[in-house]
Amino acid sequence: MGRLARVWRRSIQTRVVTSTILLSTLVVALTGWALLRDVASGLADSRRAAAVSEARSGFDYAQTQLDATVETEQSTQSQALTQMVDSLTRSRGAQRTYELVLEGPLLTDDGEVPVRSSAAIGAGSLPTDLADAVRTGPGTFWRYSDLALLGSSTSEPSVVVGSQLRAPGSGDTYALFYLFSLEDQQETLDLVRRALLLGGLAMILMVGGVAWLVSRQVLDPVRMARRIAERYASGNLEQRMHVSGEDDIARLSTSFNQMAASLQRQIRRLENLSRLQQRFVSDVSHELRTPLTTVQMASEVLYDSREGFDPQTARSAELLKGELDRFESLLSDLLDLSRFDAGAAQLELDTIDMSQVARAAAGDAGLARAGIGVRLVGVEAPAVVEADMRRIDRIVRNLLTNAAKYSGSDVVEIEVAQNDESVSLAVRDFGVGLSGDENVRVFDRFWRADPARTQGGTGLGLAISREDAALHGGTLLAWGRAGEGSEFILTIPKPEGSARNPALDPVYA
Amino acid sequence: MSYRRTKRDRVLVVDDDASLAEMLTIVLEGEGLTTAVCRSGDRVMAAFTQFKPDVVLLDLMLPGLDGMSVCRQIRATSEVPIIMLTAKADTPDVVAGLEAGADDYITKPFKNTELVARLRARLRRSDQLAEPLEFGDIVLDPAGHTVSRKGEPLELTPLEFDLLACLLSDPSQVFTRETLLQKVWGYHHPGDTKLVNVHMTRLRSKIEDDADDPRVIRTVRGVGYQAILPDA
Repeated sequence: MGRLARVWRRSIQTRVVTSTILLSTLVVALTGWALLRDVASGLADSRRAAAVSEARSGFDYAQTQLDATVETEQSTQSQALTQMVDSLTRSRGAQRTYELVLEGPLLTDDGEVPVRSSAAIGAGSLPTDLADAVRTGPGTFWRYSDLALLGSSTSEPSVVVGSQLRAPGSGDTYALFYLFSLEDQQETLDLVRRALLLGGLAMILMVGGVAWLVSRQVLDPVRMARRIAERYASGNLEQRMHVSGEDDIARLSTSFNQMAASLQRQIRRLENLSRLQQRFVSDVSHELRTPLTTVQMASEVLYDSREGFDPQTARSAELLKGELDRFESLLSDLLDLSRFDAGAAQLELDTIDMSQVARAAAGDAGLARAGIGVRLVGVEAPAVVEADMRRIDRIVRNLLTNAAKYSGSDVVEIEVAQNDESVSLAVRDFGVGLSGDENVRVFDRFWRADPARTQGGTGLGLAISREDAALHGGTLLAWGRAGEGSEFILTIPKPEGSARNPALDPVYA
Repeated sequence: MSYRRTKRDRVLVVDDDASLAEMLTIVLEGEGLTTAVCRSGDRVMAAFTQFKPDVVLLDLMLPGLDGMSVCRQIRATSEVPIIMLTAKADTPDVVAGLEAGADDYITKPFKNTELVARLRARLRRSDQLAEPLEFGDIVLDPAGHTVSRKGEPLELTPLEFDLLACLLSDPSQVFTRETLLQKVWGYHHPGDTKLVNVHMTRLRSKIEDDADDPRVIRTVRGVGYQAILPDA
């Protein structure tokens, strides 16, 4: 059911074909019904006209018979009529086209009225209103009726024509009914109905098929456009739609191709711009690096001989060297970021063990010097990924440096875990923590938790780390609780895996 | 590291930036080296022939003739160690420079100590070996700094000699690229392992019959390189 609903929702063709079939069914049904009604009434009317005229001549004949017996006894009159019915019963046999029912003589009081019939039809099964009309007055009357045959459960469509006969001598009245079967007409009608049904069905199917063909004709180019649009989306801009003729579809294709070409131009232009930007950054870097090298070398010479200077000059040499180092890291961080921004950063993939990375980072002499203890969790088993060693190492060292510098915690925990999809490495501290939206803002460029504290650093470390993680198709996310601590979880996908399901859940979530 | 000699080592500094060139001479003279400066690519060969340096410090971006061509010109006539100075560590220029014959490169900006360490590593005569070493059909002579194979002398640069001597000195050990960078290139910090790959390829092209089927030095995948013990 869900699958059908999905097909209905997603396929225009299904909807078009289905609604065409439904509508054409409605139209065919209405037309068929009207047609059948006309045919039925036409058939019945013509049969009725013939029946009434035949019955009339019969009534005339019977009346003539009655008139001829004017001198005779009442019983003889009645006998003449009965004989007429009987002779009909006998003579026509199976081929007769009508049956007769004779009632009479009709009495004025409600006594038993003798009935004589050429077929097994009781007087009771005649239409009551017709029978009453005939019994009470002169004239010829007719009705359509379904007559029940005696001894049979089926009823037969018929035309009943009745008239009163009067015997001139005795003044007795008789009711004579002609019953004409409509079975032939019914058969014809059934045939027509069957033909209409079959024809209607065939027509509905054909209309459905036509709807399918026509919708395909319109939809095929649309589908092609969709496929090509999908290819554009995935970066293949060379595709064009095939244009033939001058119809709406051809115009759609032309506009589509124009759109694609203009997109391609825009993208090329942007690519060009980005290349120019990249070249500019690269050139600037080169131009900056040469004087920076000279200045740095000079500052080192001054720094190395600071013992011979007076205190102010010596301190100046120290500051000069320190700030030049900071300037250099800032320049190199900015260049790294501009490479990310330009999409020019490239991975040098290697098979690396994150547990090994964690162990190596924990052994860093800088941490011990700063009096920070490192606790390792889950680093016994190898956790292997395809990654750029330099970048992964840079991320982990950066996280450790941050924890050591800003958290105020004297213990840092590194945990490594893996699942089928990815390897995660968490760096946790138990210091000041992060509050509010700081866990997002730490990744902002030049963001600092406390603007008054600028303890060296470039303010770009975490921004670069997150770009490094993203370059691997991985994630770097932060959590924290004010006063309790903070943690950063780096997740790198395994080959064929994804970083959607990190192997570690945040403790401070 | 035995570095005590009566003769002062000579460094040819090739850089178009006057300040940097002067700063380099100040630092290098301070380290007891003799320096000469050449400011343009097309005058390097003249300076080289006249000055006869023990090592060349070569900026890649030069007016006149670019660093790469200068590198090839020098290599055509001499095995003198060449260290490139470059502002762009991530460009194909570095690999191209190494393939043109440079032994090492330093990315600007650099620390004086780092520069001096690399220079010393190139100036130092290999102390991996004290006595001549026979390794299969290869004979290394540390005194004459020569290598011969099946009696034929091989034309190795000093760096290639050091690299080979380092590997052959201990065939039981697999040398990682990082170890080689430290021992042969004088790196104190993790460096560019491409450097090792480029030089190993060139060394092999000189000492192996078939570089694709090495008989002297094998690659240990994901680790590094190791000498193959000759069949006794």
